[in-house]
Amino acid sequence: MSDAGSSDAQIIPIGTNGRPGRGTGRERPSAAARSLAGGPKKRTPKPKAPAPEQRTQEQEPAPTPAAVPVTRAPITTEERHPLAGVPVGDWLAAFQDAALEVFGDQWERRLAEMMAFMRRRLAGEYVVDEYGFDAEITERFLMAALRPIAQKWFRVEVRGVENIPATGGALVVSNHSGTVPVDGLMTMVAIYDETGRFLRPLGADLVFEMPFISSMARRSGATLACGEDAERMLSGGELVGVWPEGFKGIGKPFSERYKLQRFGRGGFVSAALRTGVPIVPLSVVGAEEIYPMVGNLPSLARLLGIPYIPITPFFPLLGPLGLVPLPSKWLLEFGEPIRTDSYDASEAEDPMLVFNVTDQVRETIQQTLFALLRERENVFR
Amino acid sequence: MGRVVLVTGISRHVGRRFARAAASDPSIDRVIGVDVVPPRGDIGDVSFVRADIRSPVIAKVLAKEDVDTVVHMSVIATPGSAGGRNTMKELNVMGTMQLLAACQKSPIVKHLVVKSTTTMYGASSRDPAMFTEDMGPKRLPSSGYAKDVYEVEGYVRGFARRRPDVTVTTLRAANVIGPHVVSPLTSYFRLPVLPRVIGFDPRLQFLHEDDLLGVLKHAVVSGVPGTFNVAGDGILMLSQATRRLGKPSVAMPGFAVGRLGSVLRQARVADFSPEQLGFLTFGRGVDTTRMREVLGFEPRFTTASAFADFGVSLGVPVRGPVLGPASGGVAHV
Repeated sequence: MSDAGSSDAQIIPIGTNGRPGRGTGRERPSAAARSLAGGPKKRTPKPKAPAPEQRTQEQEPAPTPAAVPVTRAPITTEERHPLAGVPVGDWLAAFQDAALEVFGDQWERRLAEMMAFMRRRLAGEYVVDEYGFDAEITERFLMAALRPIAQKWFRVEVRGVENIPATGGALVVSNHSGTVPVDGLMTMVAIYDETGRFLRPLGADLVFEMPFISSMARRSGATLACGEDAERMLSGGELVGVWPEGFKGIGKPFSERYKLQRFGRGGFVSAALRTGVPIVPLSVVGAEEIYPMVGNLPSLARLLGIPYIPITPFFPLLGPLGLVPLPSKWLLEFGEPIRTDSYDASEAEDPMLVFNVTDQVRETIQQTLFALLRERENVFR
Repeated sequence: MGRVVLVTGISRHVGRRFARAAASDPSIDRVIGVDVVPPRGDIGDVSFVRADIRSPVIAKVLAKEDVDTVVHMSVIATPGSAGGRNTMKELNVMGTMQLLAACQKSPIVKHLVVKSTTTMYGASSRDPAMFTEDMGPKRLPSSGYAKDVYEVEGYVRGFARRRPDVTVTTLRAANVIGPHVVSPLTSYFRLPVLPRVIGFDPRLQFLHEDDLLGVLKHAVVSGVPGTFNVAGDGILMLSQATRRLGKPSVAMPGFAVGRLGSVLRQARVADFSPEQLGFLTFGRGVDTTRMREVLGFEPRFTTASAFADFGVSLGVPVRGPVLGPASGGVAHV
């Protein structure tokens, strides 16, 4: 059977044998192929004029291409060691230029500083405060990394900076939103850039239970949100940031955006009353829209021991791409400080007063949020 | 009439050094050292009495020698030297109970100084940044040294209630460190490669051994009642400490560090105690305001300079004046 097949076999050409066309085997290619390949008539070469003369005047007299009859000069590549051709001086100059580009005018000093910084870090010869706050690393890395996000991505606009005291303890109380606490980080950057003071955030228990996040948090100046630490920091003259809504605030569904949740048990007010520091209300607009939380997986979250598992229009759907926050326009408005030094420290034990001050702070933030929202043209502008 | 001081736990290094230092103090007449095993090394003018504080013999010693000040230093941190957790617990808790019972019976005892430790506060993620003396542990310790210390302090408080005429000073010392100290933490830092818990960077606070002697002596001489945290100034992060020692460290999950620690303990390479895992995960800081203002003691070493002094004993070169203001501490070695 195979013999018979092979004897009768007709050779069917596959491909075009190098000719333009569809491979139909015909001598003459199809009209479409002809127009693509260009006709054979255009083959006749025109003798080109010799190479332009005026360029050779400035350059070194290179051997002019004498071979006129050749239509195109042969392209030759010369094997060359990558380092061989460039003189050492050029390398040095390039390095200097690069250093100038990266470090600016006084690059030598800057480079020396950088090396000293690296050496200091590697030898462990830096100082942290009693909360584990490493000012150097926060300033050089955390702030530097977050600043472009704040300025370029969220275009954070800060108002009422004059309400933050330049020295001494103060308690910044802010609304909390955005599924992931990005608003805390942005507030830290904004306050540092506007006033030069480090905001010391008070973090939830969960923050200090989680690996990596806990060490990051301590390093960037956070401490546990408990009365002892809050009072200690405030009486130490620090600018302390607190988000009393906690997980209720950041984990609320998108439909409840800009509605303040319960303000904890007012522990932050007692801390401020005991230490007599002013309370600066802060209203953040824009953070609600970065990860619009449209759903939640409460049972899975309970299984994992975390407060919620967010579902946003993009998050599980687009995978890691869904983790990119939406570039909403942010407004941060610091309100007028609420003074607590007129109260006696023992009045912190008066629950009615604590509730009243808590409500006052909450109302201020809520009203400012509404005012800012009315003012905002749209989410992204 | 001079004073007669009884020191328990004299067989160990710090106890022996303290007893000698106390004996040289002009305001103290006699120092009597008590332990179950004789001290190794020179004890100078200290008279040694071989007695077990777990037995009522200690009451006889108190009566016979007219002891008016008792310094209790024999709460041990690891079972390694005692021979098992049961012995350790008995030594710590029963020893303290017997000693306190003897003190309660004695009409002459006027002052009790107890060397406790900040391990009492435990280490957890819910800890405040700095513990003050009024705070307790966030979770009650369930076993080991921390539980012993917690119980010992409870008995000491009970004693203070029953004998209000006796001045009771409890000194909660931070982790003692120094060239001669053998403790779970120093043996940890003596390991060639330091295991640490991945993703956590605990805050550490140290007390130099010289400062421990200093504060004990200060407490005996000054007779200020109360409970005091004693620690060097400042904080070192574990990452910082390993870099200062110039040692490599390996990050591994918490349970692996615990497992490794128990293997090292069984192999007698390092005296790794179980509560150390919590400490190496979350760290601890204590507030020393009361030590300064009420007790009136000022440690000579900061946390950093105490650690540097310890580092020198491990062969780490001294690195100039960057180590903090109390560089006088380094010069002392």
